[in-house]
Amino acid sequence: MTIPRVLLGLLIVIALSAAAFVAYAWRLEIAPVERPAPGGFDRAQVSRGRALAAIGNCATCHTADGGTVLAGGRPFKTPFGTLYSPNITPDVETGIGRWSQAAFARAMREGVDREGRHLYPAFPYDHFTLVTDADNQALYAYLMSQAPAKASSPPNALAFPFNVRMTVAAWKLLYFKQGPYRQDRAQNANWNRGAYLVEGLAHCGACHTPRNVLGAEKQSQRFDGADIDGWHAYAINARSAAPTPWTAEAMALYLRSGWHQAHGMARGPMAPVVENLAAVPIEDTRAIATYIAAATERARPGGKVAAPVAALRKPTPASADSLVSPRDVPAGSSDAGAKIYAAACATCHEAGRPLPFGGIDLAHSTAIHGESPRNLINVTLYGLPATAGEASAIMPGFRASLTDPQIASLVHYLRADIAKKPAWPGVEPMIREARSSDTAPPLYTTPGTQGAPNDPSQGGVAW
Amino acid sequence: MVGIRVNGKLHDLDIDPETPLLYVLRDDLRLNGAKYGCGLGQCGACTVLIDGRAAFSCLVPVMLLEGKEVTTLEGLGSADHPGLLQQAFIDEQAAQCGYCIPGMIMRAQALLQDRPDATDDDIRRQLQPNLCRCGTHMRIMRAVKRAAAAMQTVSATPVRGARL
Repeated sequence: MTIPRVLLGLLIVIALSAAAFVAYAWRLEIAPVERPAPGGFDRAQVSRGRALAAIGNCATCHTADGGTVLAGGRPFKTPFGTLYSPNITPDVETGIGRWSQAAFARAMREGVDREGRHLYPAFPYDHFTLVTDADNQALYAYLMSQAPAKASSPPNALAFPFNVRMTVAAWKLLYFKQGPYRQDRAQNANWNRGAYLVEGLAHCGACHTPRNVLGAEKQSQRFDGADIDGWHAYAINARSAAPTPWTAEAMALYLRSGWHQAHGMARGPMAPVVENLAAVPIEDTRAIATYIAAATERARPGGKVAAPVAALRKPTPASADSLVSPRDVPAGSSDAGAKIYAAACATCHEAGRPLPFGGIDLAHSTAIHGESPRNLINVTLYGLPATAGEASAIMPGFRASLTDPQIASLVHYLRADIAKKPAWPGVEPMIREARSSDTAPPLYTTPGTQGAPNDPSQGGVAW
Repeated sequence: MVGIRVNGKLHDLDIDPETPLLYVLRDDLRLNGAKYGCGLGQCGACTVLIDGRAAFSCLVPVMLLEGKEVTTLEGLGSADHPGLLQQAFIDEQAAQCGYCIPGMIMRAQALLQDRPDATDDDIRRQLQPNLCRCGTHMRIMRAVKRAAAAMQTVSATPVRGARL
């Protein structure tokens, strides 16, 4: 008698838990509305929404290569399968044209769509949950004022059980903490504005924080740097490998223009980010920079900010034939990497031409000081594609002229002799992976000097 | 001594291994198809093929070329016997001043060897790194498409070292 009773009890507990979970996870549909008239929004609000959408990089993820801006369809390959970003233009059939303001706010705050389905956290609502009601209203006004585009994204291709959206509710139970942002009274308004944007709408941690096996950001390793999409997002906390410590001023310049002479170029998935940030109010870029630069500070001996490793060389006026002999390569050096650097790289990287048109002095580049050689390898192979229609930094790729062993010896030389850091492990397989057409990194055009808003449908082309 | 293989011929040259390939082609081998434009890998006038891939010869020190096959404009045909792409550029009168054309032809050659069915978009993307100041871009497009069509009907002979 006792065993069936225990079993029965167990069944009841399981049934009750299941019912409790469903009750927790269940979300009601929010009734569809008539598409709001695009001209019906306050202009200033729409304009604020446009800047906020740039900070949130909405168009970068919600635009397919060659597709209409914000019309979705960009694939995201995850360990759980491939997701496609949805159309967020106000098209009534394929977009969010029938979403009310409340439905939009719920998606941002809770990660649930208008119909009541849990959204996959590839949509970074774990960050967007911090966005204020006023900012959500501005974003809604902006999106609803855009031209509707009829475009259906391909259906997601996820493995079981991830294709069941209820599993996302369980994920949220484990990892999702609902907002909004709470001010840190110990910090000033600028820092708080930066924290609100960085942790919220800008969702910097989505790339710069490593994720666990269930795809959640590891809070214990916040901003430690992570591999993403064939590129490495550098550490932006005290582990930052930047040889010159970041200042808020340098970071703001970098975030607006895509380069800084003491740090290097933004490229890979960071290129569209800075291109977007060039179009937002400068106070917001400064706030973001203040918060991130503070995060990269570390205790230094004597409490002083460490001096840059090497003084910046003064740029000389641009000249095409200013060939210089590189200082780092001893004459007659037998090292193959040193010879390749001297013959193929130093002519630009040590020419002293001003950035962004001359190559950065690599002693300042985070790419050779950082935890992963991935970005260095990608840029060596594919270069920095130019931006169409305006002046921008470019670098030719060397995949036709450098073999894998030649790139490996170059990478090892830069790491050992210029960064003076211990060798990276696994360089050779990483080069093979970056070169293979199946696993080549996606390329992005570098931001132009004008800071024109990016058209994310235009992918980069390797030189 | 540095040994480099150009258009199927091996040359042993007594030169500094750091010398850019472009200088060796023009000054030592008298192959003047590839042009000096910027010397920075930014204009494409010096484009040649290395193992079938387009590369800026101004940025390639010859020491990197051991075991590799270089193809220059001269490797595609001659004035008397132009190759398919060269003939297409002549037919479309795609050159104005002509300085960029060898680079355009070589980069287009790399594309068509890989993808004879290249679309307009493929051609535009491929030729993006090469600059033309005269503005004959539309004729260049037509020439590359003409050559592509010719390659699909006549089974084209790929150049040596082509990745096919």
